[in-house]
Amino acid sequence: MSKLFSKENRQVFAAPLNLDNPILIQVLGICSALAVTAQLEPAIVMGLSVTVITAFSNVIISLIRKTIPNRIRIIIQLVVVAALVTIVSMILTAFAYDVSVQLSVYVGLIITNCILMGRLEAFAMMNGPWESFLDGIGNGLGYAYILVIVGAVRELLGSGTLLGFTIIPEGAYAAGYVNNGMMTMPAMALIILGCVIWVHRSINKEEKK
Amino acid sequence: MKINTNSNTYTIVYACIVVIVVAFLLAFVSSALKAPSEANVRIDKKKQILASLNIRGVEDSQVESEYSRVVVADEIVNAQGTVVNEGKNKDQDGFAVDRKEMTADNLPVFVCNVNGETKYVLPLVGKGLWGTIWGYLALNDDCRTVYGAYFSHQSETAGLGSLITEEKFQNEFKGKKITDDAGNVVIDVVKYGKVTDPTTQCDGISGATLTTNGVRDMIHQYLGMYKAYLQQHQK
Repeated sequence: MSKLFSKENRQVFAAPLNLDNPILIQVLGICSALAVTAQLEPAIVMGLSVTVITAFSNVIISLIRKTIPNRIRIIIQLVVVAALVTIVSMILTAFAYDVSVQLSVYVGLIITNCILMGRLEAFAMMNGPWESFLDGIGNGLGYAYILVIVGAVRELLGSGTLLGFTIIPEGAYAAGYVNNGMMTMPAMALIILGCVIWVHRSINKEEKK
Repeated sequence: MKINTNSNTYTIVYACIVVIVVAFLLAFVSSALKAPSEANVRIDKKKQILASLNIRGVEDSQVESEYSRVVVADEIVNAQGTVVNEGKNKDQDGFAVDRKEMTADNLPVFVCNVNGETKYVLPLVGKGLWGTIWGYLALNDDCRTVYGAYFSHQSETAGLGSLITEEKFQNEFKGKKITDDAGNVVIDVVKYGKVTDPTTQCDGISGATLTTNGVRDMIHQYLGMYKAYLQQHQK
C-alpha cells in the first residue's frame, strides 16, 4: 500500500495540478478551454469527462504498451482515445441529455485534445498502469480546475449566475449594474485564462528557478 | 518465443485485432444505451413543442403527460393542404417526422388545445449564419396570428446568434400577424430597434442580423408551404 502512494507516485499526481499544469505551464488544450467555459456546468462536465478519458486511456495504453508496434503507436493511441470518447459521449446522451446538447461537438473534440495524446506518448508508453492512472487523473484535474475557474468568472460576470442560480441581486440591476456580454464571448475566456496564467506564474516565480 | 513487434505481419494483425475489438465494444455500448438516448431525444422535442405554446420549464418527468394533455393530433399534411395522416396517436406520425425529412408532401402539424382554444404548431427548419436553425411556430385558431414561438440552433455565435433560443426574442413573435388579407406572408424580423409596424415586425437581435434573417427566411419558406392548409383553417 505504501508503495502505491510512494513519494514518486504522489509527485506524479500532484505535479500536473500546480507546477506542471497542462494548461498553465504547458499551455495545452486551450481550444476546448475557451469553447466550453461560457457557463460553469459544461465546464465541470467537460473537465470530468477529460479526467476520466485521460485516466482510462492512460491505463489502457500503459497495459498494452509493450505489445504496440512502434510504427503505428500513434494510431493505436488515437483509436483507444476515440473509442473512449465515443463511449462517454453516448453515456452523456443517455443520462445527461441537456449537458450533451450544450457540449455538442466539444465532446467529440476531446479526441483532438493535445493533453491526451501528450500524456499517452510522454507518460503511458513508458510507465506502469498505476502510475499512468495517477498521471491521467492529475492532468485531467489540473485541466478541470482551470476550466472551472474560467467558467465561474465568465458565468458570474457574463450572466450574473452560477450553475444557473442567480447570484447578482435584483437590487444591483436596479442600481444600474449590467451583465458584461463580452464575458460570454470566447475572446474574454482567452483574456481570463491569460490572467490566471499570469497570477500562477508570479506566485511560482521562485520555485521555477 | 520472442515476437518481433516491428515486423509487418505483426503490425497488420495487431491493427486488425484492435479495430475489431473496438468496433464490437462501441456497437455493444451503443445498443445498450439506445433506449434511454432515444427517450431523451423525444422528451427534448416535446419540450420544444410545448415551449412554442408558451408552456416552459416543464420537468422532464412531466413532459410526456403535459404533451399528451395539450396535443390533440400530430397530422401530416402536404403543400396542397390535404391531410395525409390524421395522427391520432399524438406522437407516432407527424412527431416522428425528422426535421431533415420535411418536404412539400411531408409536413407535420401539431393540433393542440390550450385552455379550450385550438392552436396549430408548425415545425420550421432553415439556415442560420453557421449551421442549421429550427423552431416551432404556434398559431392561434384563426391561423392569422402567432400564439408563440420557439427557436433553437446548432452552431450560431455564442452570445449573439445563439440568443434566438432566449425567451425574450421568442416572445417578440407573440400576437404578430403572419399574412395580409391577400394571403401574402407579412411577418418580418427587422434590425434591432427598427420596428415601424408592431403588428407584423419583430425586433431582431443587435449583432445577429444574419441569424435573425435566417429565422425570417425560415418562417417565410414554411408559411409558404403550409399556405393551403392554413387558408382552409382561417377564420
